[in-house]
Amino acid sequence: MVSVPQLSGALVRRRGKRLLGPIDLTLAAAGLTVVLGPNGAGKSTLLRVMHGLERLSEGSLNYENTPELARRSQAFVFQSPVILRRSVAENLAYPLRLNGTGKAPREAAVADWAARIGLSDALVTPAPRLSGGEKQKLALARALIARPDLLFLDEPTSNLDGTSMREIEALIADAVAGGTRVILATHDLGQARRLASDAVFLVKGQLIEAAPSPQFFDTPATAQARAFQNGDILE
Amino acid sequence: MDEIAAGLVAALRLIVTLDSDLVEISLRSLQVSLIAVLIASAIALPLGAWLAIHRFRFRRATIAVLNALMGLPPVVVGLIIYILLSRAGPFGGLGLLFTVKAMIIAQVIIITPLIASIAHQAMRDLWAEYHDLLISLNTSKWQRIHTLIRDGRRALLTASLAGFGRAIGEVGAIIVVGGNIDHATRVLTTAIALETGKGDFALALGLGFVLIALAIGVSITTHWLARTEKDSRW
Ligand SMILES: Nc1ncnc2c1ncn2[C@@H]1O[C@H](COP(=O)(O)OP(=O)(O)OP(=O)(O)O)[C@@H](O)[C@H]1O
Ligand SMILES: [Mg+2]
Repeated sequence: MVSVPQLSGALVRRRGKRLLGPIDLTLAAAGLTVVLGPNGAGKSTLLRVMHGLERLSEGSLNYENTPELARRSQAFVFQSPVILRRSVAENLAYPLRLNGTGKAPREAAVADWAARIGLSDALVTPAPRLSGGEKQKLALARALIARPDLLFLDEPTSNLDGTSMREIEALIADAVAGGTRVILATHDLGQARRLASDAVFLVKGQLIEAAPSPQFFDTPATAQARAFQNGDILE
Repeated sequence: MDEIAAGLVAALRLIVTLDSDLVEISLRSLQVSLIAVLIASAIALPLGAWLAIHRFRFRRATIAVLNALMGLPPVVVGLIIYILLSRAGPFGGLGLLFTVKAMIIAQVIIITPLIASIAHQAMRDLWAEYHDLLISLNTSKWQRIHTLIRDGRRALLTASLAGFGRAIGEVGAIIVVGGNIDHATRVLTTAIALETGKGDFALALGLGFVLIALAIGVSITTHWLARTEKDSRW
C-alpha cells in the first residue's frame, strides 16, 4: 500500500509573503494526480512541500509514517533537472549505489533504463553535455530506476518535442500501471487529460478545486477552472 | 649588458649539465612545497567541503577568519613561527628552527587558508546545484561530502595547485624560519635572493628558470583542468 501525503492547513510563507495555502488535501491512494495552474500558482511549491523539501510555516504534512521515512520510497524529478557531473551510466546508477544494489543488478538496470530512454549509445557520455530533452529523460529514468512507490514529477516534458513527450508519457503510464503513485505538475492540459486520474487546481497559492479527472475536465465546479481550461487569462 | 648575457649562457649551461647545486636546491624546493601542499590539502579540502554544506553557529565567522588569514603577510607568519620555535619560545625544545620541517610548517600555515577558501567556493556552487537531488535521495552527510568531492575533484585539484604555486614562489617566511643554510634549508627562492645579492647571476638565473618552468607548469595544468571541466571530459 502506497503511503500518500495528506495536508491540513498547510501554509508556506517566505520573507513575509504567502506562497501557498492554507491547503487541506487528501489524495486518493492510487493513480496519477495532476497539479494544474498558471505560472507562479505554487505547483512546484506544493510538490516540494509534499516531498519534505520545503518547510511548512503553518499546518502539517502527514504520511502513515513520518515524512522522512516516507521519502525513502519516493522520488522527485525537478522542474530544472539536476544532472550529476558524471556519465549517463553513472547518473542512472547513482540511486542504486546509494541504496547498496549489487554490481550485476545495477548494471542490468542501467542498461535497461538507458535503452528505454534511447540513450544506450550514450552511456559513457558526460551527462551535462546532453540536450535539454535528453536531460529530462535521464532525470525521469534515474527517478524510476529505484522503483519508488510515490513519484513527484515537476513539468517533466516542458522541453520535449512530440516524439519524446510520447515516450515520457508512456514511461509514466507504465509506472502508474505498475502501481507507482504519481503526482505530476504540468500546465499542459492535453497531457493532464491523457494521464490524470484526478486533478488539483491552484491559483495564486490557493487550492481552487480538487476532483476526479473526468469530473474536473468535463464539469469544472469553479469559474476559474473553466476559464483556465478555455485558455483564458486568470486574474 | 655583457654580464647579463654571460649570466644567461652560464645559467643554461648549469641547467643542461644538471649542476649538482642547482638540482639539489630545486629538489629541496619541490620537497618542501609538495609536502606542504599535501598536508594543507588534507586539512583544507574537507574543511572547504564541510563549510559548504554544514550550517553551524560560527560558519560565517570561520569563513571570515579564513579569508583574513589568506591575507597574512608571509614574512609575518615567518616571524611568528620563528618566535614560537626559537630556543626561548614555547616549542623551542623541538629544535625545529632552521630545518626543512620549520619551512613546511610555515608554508602549511600560509597556503591552508588559500586552498580552503578556493575549495569552499567550488563546493558551495556544486552543493547549490546538487542540493535538491541529494536531499531528495536521503543521502547521509558522508554520502554528500563524498559525492561533492568526487564530482568536484577538478576544482579541488585546482585549489591545491593554487596552493602549490603560492608555496613554491614564497620567500619571506621560509627565509626567516629556514635561514637559507647551504645544503640544508636553501631552496629556489631563497637561493635566488642570496645569489643575486652576491652578484652571481648565473646560478640566480638558472634557478630562476627552473622556478618559472614550475610556475608555468602549474598554470598550464590549471588551465587544462578548467578546459576539461568545460568540455566535460570524464
Ligand atoms: N524560496 C522562495 N522565496 C520567495 N518566493 C518564492 C520562493 N520559492 C518560490 N517562490 C514564489 O512562489 C510562487 C510560486 O512558485 P512555484 O514555483 O511554486 O510556482 P509554479 O506553479 O511551479 O510556477 P511555474 O508554472 O512557473 O513552474 C512564485 O511567485 C515564486 O516566485
Ligand atoms: Mg513550477
